[in-house]
Amino acid sequence: MLNNLRSSFQKISTYPSAIAGISVILLLVVVAIYTMIAIPYQEAITLWRGGEDVWYQNPKFAAPAWINYFSTKKYAESFAVDTANAEMQKTVIPGEGGVSTIEMIHEFEFSSDVYPQELILYFDSAFQEKQPFVSIELITPDERTVRIANFVLTGADYTYRFSQDEKLRTKLRTEDVISALFSMPDSDVPLKGTYKLVMIGSVFEPESTIDAEFVFHGQVFGWAGTDHARRDLTLPLLWGVPVALAFGLLAAIGTSVLTMIIAAIGTWYGGWVDELIQRITEINLVLPFFALLIMIGTFYSRSIWVILSATILLSIFTGGILGFRAVFLQVKQSMYIEAAKAYGASNMRIIFKYLIPRMIPLLIPGLVQSVPAFVFLEASLAVIGLGDPVLPTWGKIIQDASSNGALYKGYYYWVLEPAALLIITGLAFAVLGFALDRIFNPKLRDV
Amino acid sequence: MSAITQSPVEEQVIKKPFLNSSFVRILRYSAVRLLTLFITVVIGIYLTIVIANMGGYVDVIMKGEIRDRITQMILTNQAYQQMDPETRQALIQERIAAEEKRVGLDVPIAVRNFRYLKNALVLNLGRAINITSDSGSKQVRLILLERLPPTLLLMATSQLFLFFSSIFIALNLSRNYGSFWDKLIIALSPSSAVPPWFYGIFLILIFAAGFKILPFGGMVDAPPPPNKFDYAVNVLKHLILPGFSLVISSFFLSVYNYRTFFLIYSSEDYVDMARAKGLHAKDIERSYILRPTLPNIITNFALLIITLWTGALFTETVFLWPGLGRTLFQAIGQYDTPIIVGSTIIYAYLLAMTVFILNFVYALVDPRVKIGE
Repeated sequence: MLNNLRSSFQKISTYPSAIAGISVILLLVVVAIYTMIAIPYQEAITLWRGGEDVWYQNPKFAAPAWINYFSTKKYAESFAVDTANAEMQKTVIPGEGGVSTIEMIHEFEFSSDVYPQELILYFDSAFQEKQPFVSIELITPDERTVRIANFVLTGADYTYRFSQDEKLRTKLRTEDVISALFSMPDSDVPLKGTYKLVMIGSVFEPESTIDAEFVFHGQVFGWAGTDHARRDLTLPLLWGVPVALAFGLLAAIGTSVLTMIIAAIGTWYGGWVDELIQRITEINLVLPFFALLIMIGTFYSRSIWVILSATILLSIFTGGILGFRAVFLQVKQSMYIEAAKAYGASNMRIIFKYLIPRMIPLLIPGLVQSVPAFVFLEASLAVIGLGDPVLPTWGKIIQDASSNGALYKGYYYWVLEPAALLIITGLAFAVLGFALDRIFNPKLRDV
Repeated sequence: MSAITQSPVEEQVIKKPFLNSSFVRILRYSAVRLLTLFITVVIGIYLTIVIANMGGYVDVIMKGEIRDRITQMILTNQAYQQMDPETRQALIQERIAAEEKRVGLDVPIAVRNFRYLKNALVLNLGRAINITSDSGSKQVRLILLERLPPTLLLMATSQLFLFFSSIFIALNLSRNYGSFWDKLIIALSPSSAVPPWFYGIFLILIFAAGFKILPFGGMVDAPPPPNKFDYAVNVLKHLILPGFSLVISSFFLSVYNYRTFFLIYSSEDYVDMARAKGLHAKDIERSYILRPTLPNIITNFALLIITLWTGALFTETVFLWPGLGRTLFQAIGQYDTPIIVGSTIIYAYLLAMTVFILNFVYALVDPRVKIGE
C-alpha cells in the first residue's frame, strides 16, 4: 500500500506542471512562515487598522515604485527624513542671551515627469514660554530661492502642509502650489534637478530645541503601492498568503476528510445510519450554499473561523459523499475485510484501519483540487463586504479597491496585485491536483 | 423501458392479477419518493427560515425600529403636544402594540416560523420588509418575477452556450485524441479554478476601463434608449462581459470532463466491435458513444436548468446586473427574510421536481434502469 503510494508520488516528477505547482505552493508556504514571523499577528492587525498617525508618511493611491521601469513617464518616489534620527542635516548655532539659530537643510533629487502629491513638515519643538520661530525656503535647481513661509511654532507639535498654505498660493499666484514649486515660472513641465529645502529656526530659550520631519509624498511607493488610507499594500499582500493557505487547506482537508469518514461509517453500518446520511445530503442540496454563508456572515459573525466552520459543515454532505460511498461499497466486499471480521476486529478498527486507508489515493487529488475553490470563496465573500473584520486579506484589498472605484479611476495596481496572487495560488493547487488525478485515477491514465 | 411505455390507464382497468405489476411498483415508488422529497424540502426550508430570522434576533431589530418610528411620529405630531406625558406614553405603547400585531411580531417566533413555513410551502410568499420592486410593489412574488428576466437572460445565454459548445467540442476532441487542440484544452483546464466574477474583474479592466468599448456594469444605459431595437442592442452590449466571464470560467474544464467521459466510453469493447463492423464514424458516435452517456448528459442539463433560477450571486453583484442573485444578496443585507425564504422555496421545489423527474427519465433512456428496484 505504502509502496504503491510512494511510487505514485514518484510519478509526479514526470509531470512538469505538477512540479511547477509544488514549487509555487512551497514558495507560498515559505512566504507565509516568513510573514508570520516578520509581522506578528497582533502587529499586522494594529498596522492594518491604523489610521493617519501610523501611515502619515505614505501618499494616497500611490502605485508601486517598479512601474517606473515599465512606464515612459517617471514618477517621484516618496520619502521621509527626520532630524531626530539624523537623516536630515541639522546645525545649531548658539547666539547671545539664550537665543540660538537652528539650521535644518535637506537636499533631494527630483527627476520625475509627474509632480509629487504633497510636501509636509512635522515640527517637534521644546520650549517653556517663548515660542520658536521658523522660516522656510526652497532652492530650486535653477538657483532661484523661493520663500515658502515664516511662522511661529505655537505648540510642541506643529504640522505645515505646503499645498494648504493660503499665503503661499497668493504669493505664487496659483491654486496648485506643488506644481508651481516644482517647475520654472510660467511653465507646466516639472523641473528636474537637485532641490534644497532650507529651514531656519530661532529659539529664544537656552533649553529650547526644534526637530523637523520632512515628508515627501510622491506618486509611487514601495513594492506594492498604497491604498486610500495610505496603507502600504505589502502588508495585506503578505498577510493574505497565510490567510489564504490556512483557509483553503483547512477547508479542503476538513471537508474531504470528514466527508470520507462519514461515508465510511454510513457504508459500514448500513441500515438507518446510511439512510440518514443520504437524507441529510438531500436536505443539504436544497439549502442555498452561498446565501446561507452570506446570512451567517451578515447576521452572526464575519470572523474567518466562523465562516470556515460553516463552509466545512455545508460542504460535507454534498455529492462527494455519494462518490466515496460507491467505492466503500465495493471495498466492503473485499476478502481482507472478511478476514478482519473473522478475527473479530471492532467496527471502528475496520473503518479507520481497513476502509479509510484504501481511500487515500482517491482522496488526495480531490482534496488538492478543491483548495482553489475555498481560497476564492474567502476572496468572494470579502469582495461583497463579508471579509474578516480585522484580518488583512487579498479579498479585502479587492473590496477596498472596488468600493473606491479603482477600475474607473485607473488604480489598476490595486486590483491586479491581489488578483495575481489569488490566481497564482489557485492555479498552483489546480495544476497539481490535476496531475495527481491523472496519476491516482487509473481510468484517466491513458486518456 | 417497458414499464414506462405501457399506458397506465389500461392497467388500472385490470386490477387484481397485476397487483405486483410494474404499474404498482412505479406508483409505490413515486409515492415514497415524493413524500421523502417533500419532507426534505420542508426541513430545508425550515432551516433556512430559522437562519434567516437569526434564531429570533431579526425580531429584536424590527421591534426596535417600530418603537423608534412610532415614538418619533407621536412626539413630533402637533395634535398630541397638549397631552399630558402619561396619556401620551400610553398612546405610544398602544400604537406600538398595534403595529407589532400588524407585522405579526406579537406571535412567538417559534409559532411564526411554522406560519412562515406553511405559507412558503403553499407559495404564499407574502410581502417584503424593505426591498421594493422597480414598479413600487412590495409583493415578494412581484419582486422575484421582476428580477427573473435579467437572470434568465444572463444565465440562459451563457449556460446553454456553455453546455452545447462544450459537448460539441468535446466530441470533436475525443475523435482527435492527442492532437494539439486536445492537449491545449487539457493544459488550460485548471483555469476553471478561478470563479467567474474574478474573470469579470479582468474583463472590466480590459474592455471597459482599457479599451472603453463595453460598459462597466448594469443591464442597460441610463437613460435607456427609446426605441426597441436600440434597447435590445444596448442590453446585448451589457450582456457580453458578464456572459463571457460565466462561460470562460467553466469552459475548459467542462470540455475536458466531457472529452474524458466520451473517451472512456469510446474505449468500450462494443465500440471497437462497431468499428470492426465498418460502421460510419457518425453512427458510432450517435448510437454507441452518445447513447450510453445520455443519462449523465441529461442530469447535467437538468442541473443547469435549476442554476438558471438561482442566478450568479457574485457575478451579478460585480457587474451590477439587476437579477435574482443580486436581489438575494441585497435582501440578506437588509434582513429581508421573506425574499430570502421566497427565493429558497422556489429553488427547493424546482430541485425536488427535477430530482423526481430525473428518476423516470433515467428509466426512459437507459433500459438497464428499472424504477423502484
